[in-house]
Amino acid sequence: MSDTDEQRRQFLKTSVGAAAVAIAPGMLMFDMAHGDTEPVSSKVRWGMLIDTANCADCDKCVKACNKENGLSGGLSPTDSQWMRKVELKDMRTGRQLALPMMCQHCAEPPCVDVCPTGASFKRADGIVLVDKHLCIGCRYCMMACPYKARSFVHEPLHDQKPDVPRGKGTVESCTMCVQRVDKGKIPACAEACPNKSILFGNLNDPDSEVSRKIRTVASTQVRADLGLDTGIRYQGL
Amino acid sequence: MLKLFALLATFLICAPAGATESYGMPKLDIGKGGHCVAPTEWMRVNHMKVLFKQRHETVHQGIRGSKYSLKNCVECHASLRDNSVIGRPDSFCEGCHRYEAVKIDCFECHSSKRSTALAQEDTK
Amino acid sequence: MANHSPQRFKTRLYYALLAAGGLVAMMGLYAAHMMEKYGHIITGMNNQIVWGMPHVFAIFMIVTASGVLNIASIGSVFGKAVYKGRAPLAGMLSIALLAGGLAVLMLDLGRPDRIIVAATHFNLTSVFAWNIVLYSGLFTFVAIYTWTLLERRMNRWIKPAGLVVFAWRIILTTGTGLIFAFLVARQAYASAILPPMFLIMSFTWGLAVFHVVQSAMYTWNNRIQDPVILKRMKNLLGIFVLGTLYMVAVYHLSNLYFAKQTAFEHFILLSGGIYPWLFWSGYVVLGSLLPLLLIYHPSLGKPKFVVLASLMVIVGSFSLLYVFIIGGQAFPLDIFPGYEVTSTFWDGQIGQYQPSLYEFLLGFGGLAIAFLITTIGVHALNFMPPEQTPQRV
Repeated sequence: MSDTDEQRRQFLKTSVGAAAVAIAPGMLMFDMAHGDTEPVSSKVRWGMLIDTANCADCDKCVKACNKENGLSGGLSPTDSQWMRKVELKDMRTGRQLALPMMCQHCAEPPCVDVCPTGASFKRADGIVLVDKHLCIGCRYCMMACPYKARSFVHEPLHDQKPDVPRGKGTVESCTMCVQRVDKGKIPACAEACPNKSILFGNLNDPDSEVSRKIRTVASTQVRADLGLDTGIRYQGL
Repeated sequence: MLKLFALLATFLICAPAGATESYGMPKLDIGKGGHCVAPTEWMRVNHMKVLFKQRHETVHQGIRGSKYSLKNCVECHASLRDNSVIGRPDSFCEGCHRYEAVKIDCFECHSSKRSTALAQEDTK
Repeated sequence: MANHSPQRFKTRLYYALLAAGGLVAMMGLYAAHMMEKYGHIITGMNNQIVWGMPHVFAIFMIVTASGVLNIASIGSVFGKAVYKGRAPLAGMLSIALLAGGLAVLMLDLGRPDRIIVAATHFNLTSVFAWNIVLYSGLFTFVAIYTWTLLERRMNRWIKPAGLVVFAWRIILTTGTGLIFAFLVARQAYASAILPPMFLIMSFTWGLAVFHVVQSAMYTWNNRIQDPVILKRMKNLLGIFVLGTLYMVAVYHLSNLYFAKQTAFEHFILLSGGIYPWLFWSGYVVLGSLLPLLLIYHPSLGKPKFVVLASLMVIVGSFSLLYVFIIGGQAFPLDIFPGYEVTSTFWDGQIGQYQPSLYEFLLGFGGLAIAFLITTIGVHALNFMPPEQTPQRV
């Protein structure tokens, strides 16, 4: 065996290794995302940790959400807003902060409890969705949601995104970009955040980045007093 | 209510029509066409059933990329002229549904346009 | 011949009433059609006020449909003879009101064409789904009950049928109250007092509607109501009005006691613009105090005053429901307790709501359906109480 052969082998080894390292996280994510034909499983619970420290002057996540899901971005009382930026001021201390607010993907979602037809449902992996084939548009879920996360489609829509069907007379809300998650990608808001402040991952896996971080930093669930066990947690609230 | 009656009426009318060619059937713009996921005759009778099953699996269980997805239908069968399966008397979905007088309830929410065409528009 | 022309006049009046009712009902259907075509954008409802005027009408009719059966229950279950003769009318009124209310509720849905889904897909944890069973059950049981009343051979089944209806309507109104009581996060609603409050409200509104229909029937048939019976029934209405007032007072007082709810109470009773105004002048004064005066003042209390009092109670009930349903949603959700909140989605702001004409058309369309069923029912079947009453001179 010649020297050049040895070198060539070495080179191949390292490059394959490097490629594997580069692809692995994506593959892993894809694996967790159950692949194309497997049903989602409750071994995964998708969730997010949102660090509010850098939210003050930024609404890129909201814009990305609108773009990904084909929302108009209109702000009239009848327009859908899946994700919105909320500005907060502590009434006693005066401390100010801002954060993105959307469906909190509760473990015990009130919208699912009240839906008469079962159109509101929670997927095995914790994502709360509306099956618009079953939604009759009664809006009881909007009454029940403690986070005002849901919108009702008030007018006929055209040119929806092929992966995000939406239509008049049904209720909708943040889907955690289920069309992306099922393909192993992360939600559009998390991808768009310039500060990587939206950390998306599997809460059921103790070794996932999001699980490791919520073990070490203080984070809050919004209206934790209601006991709904939200999938979204906020840092700095 | 009206729609309900229409639906019931069409059920009764459609049942015997089935897979056979009959007089006055519309000439459809089948888009790219080519090799369908199942034989044409079978699809004519069963497309709603497979779509129904597939929609449940996708929405509730996250199973994507099934060969029976509506997006797949549109991808092949959208007209090459306007990239759509509805909107004209000979559009792939609308042509037949008009002929059979069955309301299509898909495209109020789902995109009727070929997604690759939309992606191209996006990048322009 | 002299007898003939008033009869002919009445026949004409009957068809005129049917035509008027039919026209209003058609307008309601037209509104529903427009809402389905253009979406809810043509109503005043939005993502903050998700339930609007149609729900005020619908809930009034559904609650009243249950309450009007009180007359029947007092007769069939508690054996009071005076009320027995009025039970068939109560049963028919209940079916009419329930039909009207449900029509409005269904036609307001975002996808009314999918109403069949509500019957084929059933979520057992949903109060709404329970109510679908309760409503259809009430239709069936009241129909059977009214049949036992009207068909002499079935008379021996009156009592058991009456008992079932009695139990069913109590559960039904409890269910209607629970729709709101189960909304944990809404300050206006999450309260265990709502089901009993709805129950007492149903007694009051049902009796008020009954008074109006009954006196219209007596006038139509040229009879005057037996003053003794009228006195008993008007006093009962007075007690119910007081009962409702009490429940509403307890609801607001208990809210006031919880520090976290005082901002809401301040809004709904004092600072909220249309809502406190409707509450105090519409519900408290016009809908409760004035009727009480008409009912209990010794020099009043005549049939026409009882009808006037009943009409006022009905107007008051609409005011109360408007304040309860729309005012309750207008007050912002407290998503971040202790924080002042602003956003593009009206967080921390009072929800704006301007009911549109279509909503009123739909609501009145529902009332017209109830009116049509009542008018046809009263005309076709004999619902006059059997006791001997003097002819009007």
